[in-house]
Amino acid sequence: MFLRQVWTIAAKDLHSELRTKEAWNASIAFSVVILLLFSFAFDPSSEQIREFSGGLLWMTYAFAGALVLNRSFARELQNDCLDALIASPVSSAALFVGKALANFALLFAVEVVSLPVFVLFYNVPWGTGQILPMLLVMVLGTWALTVIGTLFSALTVNLRLRELMLPTLVYPMMIPALISAMTITTNVLAGDPMGFGLRFLVGFDIIFTLLSVVFVDTVLVG
Amino acid sequence: MNALEIADVWKYYGDFPALREVKLSIAPGSTLALLGRNGAGKTTLLRIVAGLSRPSRGSIKIEGSIGILGHGIALYDELTAFENLTLFGRLYDLPDPRKRAEEMLERVGLSRVRDGLAREFSRGMRQRLAVGRAFLHDPEVLLLDEPFTALDDRAIAVLQSMIQDMRDRGRTIIMSTHQLREALELASHVALLQRGQIVHMGERTQQMLDDTGWLYRTYGDN
Repeated sequence: MFLRQVWTIAAKDLHSELRTKEAWNASIAFSVVILLLFSFAFDPSSEQIREFSGGLLWMTYAFAGALVLNRSFARELQNDCLDALIASPVSSAALFVGKALANFALLFAVEVVSLPVFVLFYNVPWGTGQILPMLLVMVLGTWALTVIGTLFSALTVNLRLRELMLPTLVYPMMIPALISAMTITTNVLAGDPMGFGLRFLVGFDIIFTLLSVVFVDTVLVG
Repeated sequence: MNALEIADVWKYYGDFPALREVKLSIAPGSTLALLGRNGAGKTTLLRIVAGLSRPSRGSIKIEGSIGILGHGIALYDELTAFENLTLFGRLYDLPDPRKRAEEMLERVGLSRVRDGLAREFSRGMRQRLAVGRAFLHDPEVLLLDEPFTALDDRAIAVLQSMIQDMRDRGRTIIMSTHQLREALELASHVALLQRGQIVHMGERTQQMLDDTGWLYRTYGDN
């Protein structure tokens, strides 16, 4: 029952987004343009790329993610749909997990599209051995961004300045996960071991997923 | 066993008591007209019963599933009429949501435009679709907040026929409204809410139908 509700919510959000492409178009355009602009602005050497690749990539993902996350619960305000969802038998936890999964899928797709742009324009040394570690850190890092972002999207949904409030509240919370994802990505692209950051990221994901599931009902119903 | 039991419910917005010690027991099969002037607390009470807001004090017990038709239509503009109803059918875990959606579209007279996007519908069509959404899962307790406000003639006819049908099948209905005539014709019981307090609760009498102002004159403060 829980999983079916999660799937229904996630499928509804993805279906709505694919039909309007509001968040998708904005975040794809943003991430590709930022990566291109930085590549032309700095023309970095391979040594510099080695140092800032993880930082640049995850900063881009985090800002592109805000565009996706802002729409997540705001979509439910239209016609008071959120009220109908809360009044339905769907638990707040299922609603949250469904929305987080849809956000994850969207943000991950944005990352998959913008990663080749990054590799190409920054001449990042790329081998087949880096694909799996990179995918792993992208999955863990993206889940960290979406789980926190989805909870704060619910928290700020009724605020008039929610487009401003969401990033203001959510980025400080994301800092530990972002630093970890940046460090691992830099290591992966340099061909070094992933290090302690991976375990930290796994722990971060588990703790914040559990906390979000526990508190989302209070956030939504008040 | 009552269909709905509201025990000593208080609701504060800051220091302001929007509801004060509200007690209501509603037997299964009753149709309650919840009357009161603007700001009396009708919507607040219905939102608490629907689980959209928590009472500051007191408790609510509901037997069975609830359906709600509020101020918003609670439909997704970017989904078709059929997709909207199928979505809510899935959320309510109906055995065959697609079949039920088709039946309901037929009932509200929208089966010919089932694949049209909700945002492309006229206001009246959207209202009928919202009525279909509220009645889709055949709820045991139906909450209607100003159901006739802003409805066109056809939507009013559809809604009245569906309310009548639910009454005949012994469902419990609670409707808040300003439209005394329509509400009193449908109601078996009447509750008058004034400044957050129930000042009268009882069966609807012929006198109320003959003189719709009688109730306010007798139990109201002016």
